[in-house]
Amino acid sequence: MSATRVTRRDFLKVSALAGGGMLIGFRLGEAKQAAAVRANAWVSIAPDGAVTITCGRAEMGQDVYTSLSMLLAEELAVDPRRVRVVHAPADPAYVNTMIGVQITGGSTSVREGWEPLRKAGATARELLIAAAAAQWKVSPAECRAANGVVSHGPHRAGYGSLAAAAAKLPVPQNVALKEPAHFSVIGKPVPRLDGAAKARGRATYGIDVKQPGMLYAALVPCPVIGGKVAAVDDAAAKARPGVRAVVNLGEGVAVVADHYWNARRAADALVIQWDEGPGAGLDTGAVFAALDRARGKPAFVAKQAGDATAALASGALEAEYRCQMLSHATLEPQNCTARVTADGVDVWASVQYPQGAQQLAAEAAGLKPEQVRVHPQFLGGGFGRRLENDFVAQAVNLAKALPGTPVQLIWSRPEDLQHDFYRPPSLHLMRGAVGGGRLTALSATLVSPSITARAFPPFVQKGNDPFMTEGLINLTYEVPNLELRTIIEEVGVRVGYWRSVSHALNAFAVESFLDELALAAKQDPLAFRLALLDKLPRQRAVLERAAKAAGYQATPGAGRGFGVAAMECYETNAAVVCEVSGSADRVKLERLTICADCGVAIHPDQVVAQLEGGVVTGLIQTLRAKITLKNGRVEQSNFDSFPLPRHHEVPPVQVELLQSGGKPGGIGEVGVPLVAPAVANAVYSLTGKRIRTTPLEDGGVRFG
Amino acid sequence: MTSLLLNGKTVRVDAAPDTPLLWVLRDHLQLTGTKFGCGAALCGACTVHLDGVATRSCVTPLSAVAGKRVTSIEGLQGGIAAAVQGAWDKHQVPQCGYCQSGQVMTAAALLAKTPKPSDEEITAAMKGNLCRCGTYGRIHAAVRDAATTLGATP
Repeated sequence: MSATRVTRRDFLKVSALAGGGMLIGFRLGEAKQAAAVRANAWVSIAPDGAVTITCGRAEMGQDVYTSLSMLLAEELAVDPRRVRVVHAPADPAYVNTMIGVQITGGSTSVREGWEPLRKAGATARELLIAAAAAQWKVSPAECRAANGVVSHGPHRAGYGSLAAAAAKLPVPQNVALKEPAHFSVIGKPVPRLDGAAKARGRATYGIDVKQPGMLYAALVPCPVIGGKVAAVDDAAAKARPGVRAVVNLGEGVAVVADHYWNARRAADALVIQWDEGPGAGLDTGAVFAALDRARGKPAFVAKQAGDATAALASGALEAEYRCQMLSHATLEPQNCTARVTADGVDVWASVQYPQGAQQLAAEAAGLKPEQVRVHPQFLGGGFGRRLENDFVAQAVNLAKALPGTPVQLIWSRPEDLQHDFYRPPSLHLMRGAVGGGRLTALSATLVSPSITARAFPPFVQKGNDPFMTEGLINLTYEVPNLELRTIIEEVGVRVGYWRSVSHALNAFAVESFLDELALAAKQDPLAFRLALLDKLPRQRAVLERAAKAAGYQATPGAGRGFGVAAMECYETNAAVVCEVSGSADRVKLERLTICADCGVAIHPDQVVAQLEGGVVTGLIQTLRAKITLKNGRVEQSNFDSFPLPRHHEVPPVQVELLQSGGKPGGIGEVGVPLVAPAVANAVYSLTGKRIRTTPLEDGGVRFG
Repeated sequence: MTSLLLNGKTVRVDAAPDTPLLWVLRDHLQLTGTKFGCGAALCGACTVHLDGVATRSCVTPLSAVAGKRVTSIEGLQGGIAAAVQGAWDKHQVPQCGYCQSGQVMTAAALLAKTPKPSDEEITAAMKGNLCRCGTYGRIHAAVRDAATTLGATP
């Protein structure tokens, strides 16, 4: 990618809105390519003063709608509660400049929007003031903008009445932004813009979309991912009430009917023979055996210091860690509504990657991407699952069979759990040495399949999947001899990005092993870590604060245990402390404390909410949930066999939020990765049992 | 045709008797506030009130609700609803929000039956409702808060 810098002049475009308003277009983030020099966020001010943001990022619970509105409102001087947000369509204009495609992920939305949204707000505000000043023949410097109104002495004018005139004025350059001390919106409590609707069943998710004349589809996919339909007998299905079509999609057979239940019942009546393909022999044991065999393969060296090979030549401590696969298990099952007509395709869906949906829909329909209109909806959970658009292609293929008729495909829960893009299975090879009570050498090797090699092949270069090294290259500890490596090994499993991606895999191994090394060095795990953080005061501070808030004790006494874990991720520093009680037969989680320093918290209450929820998501991996394969089939089928943490299983989660200033760090994924190692370390503190596999219950401990 | 008393009005539905109430609501009656999550009474996203009792509509056939009183999130109203939803607003509970209709319905049914629930009673009532985003702490605080509000209302 070329690094063409874009001049400030290109940053913002202002134009008149039909009917007398004002449209402000601007880029989020630095454009990486000349071709991307287009406005990618649009704010309109209507003649009635209504401010609307067309948001290119998906709202999946992480609060982008409110947080991004607050950034704009701070400088535009409007009440953020009155900003309206609409979902943006698939369009190159909405490319996430931190990633390079139109994606909501990587905890990037607020980091990307931090400067440009405020600049857009400030520039628009200055234009509105200039329009008012010209009208009143006074100096703009003497005018004041607040709460959507420009005023000067006895004069008052709402933004809506000024917008048309403002749109015709020259765009000011280099408008100064407020100093943080003067923020009146950022950092303040604001109700989530989508909160009230969601508490009243009024938010529209993909599955809630209704279109005139819409039919419903139920799918029977091949039980082995990658397998195909060999033969289908659909006579009984077609005889069921309400059935309009039976469509062989190759990867499965779908029934389209007047009502969903009719489609579902008819699908149950299909008789299908499968060609299960090469995946049919796969089971979990073979997956991990394949990772084991790959340990000697050439590795990508992600980070290196000193001479780890020499330092670990003799007397090194060694351990292996393994993480089982996970499903995303969004509570809203995958679904998509599609309509194919002669002039194009409409797709209504909950998606994190609308451009990807557009591309797959175009391929399925045999049309060009620009002929596909994607209508994104609220997401009933994303967690990375909705970066994939397999269900969009399926819905378009069904709609193609019934031209002009909207078809809504809804997966069942078993289909959703059994046809996911799973969090990769992983093996970590850990070696370390201590001396003088300090860590002197560390070697870590992650062996796992590569998500990126499948999803975005160009991003993998020379054996480097940049999503595998996260959690390694950002290691915060000062280690004189260091070697952190990754080995890509494909094992026949379809893998995908799962909230916090490899941060969670790497943190489990590194932070658990650090405790093993602390023990070897005869040091308390907390003190051992703090001694390695002298050069990173912000990281040291979060660890100290978490320990203090949690009441961490190095020797808590019989029947209690504490575990710590810490890392930097998504430009945010974080630490988790877990307190447990009981015995190995029954470990009770007493409390989880997380401290994070994200620099600046735009919407602190929802930053706290993300950390709370991230910790609970971390518990999925920690306790007992896992995806296993037998004869190529996923063995789990619903929330009984894939148990998500429930109300009574989640201990109090205490959040300590620090804001040391500067720019905002990411927050959506930060709560997740440190939970498993903190709990594993607490279990060791309590029981003396070191568990080197997730879920931890696989290691012979019971939570409850 | 099956008749039921839905959100205070008699409605007649032309659907197969084995059709789960969930799909009658969502698909036949276009009331999409009640959510599909698991289809097996394991997640609680589809919770409605059947004669005032929190019920998983995904496993409740239409035939079982003939002539019964059904309340979905769209028809939830009155003092308890206001207290629960007000507490949800105050504690800023929803994230993705997909489970929240079911959480609110379960909480409202709890408070109708048990106006002053203990923490243990709140947990026991709410543990059938999954929240994939992990908003349990706020849900718990909101239910407790709603109970306090109702207790203070004469």
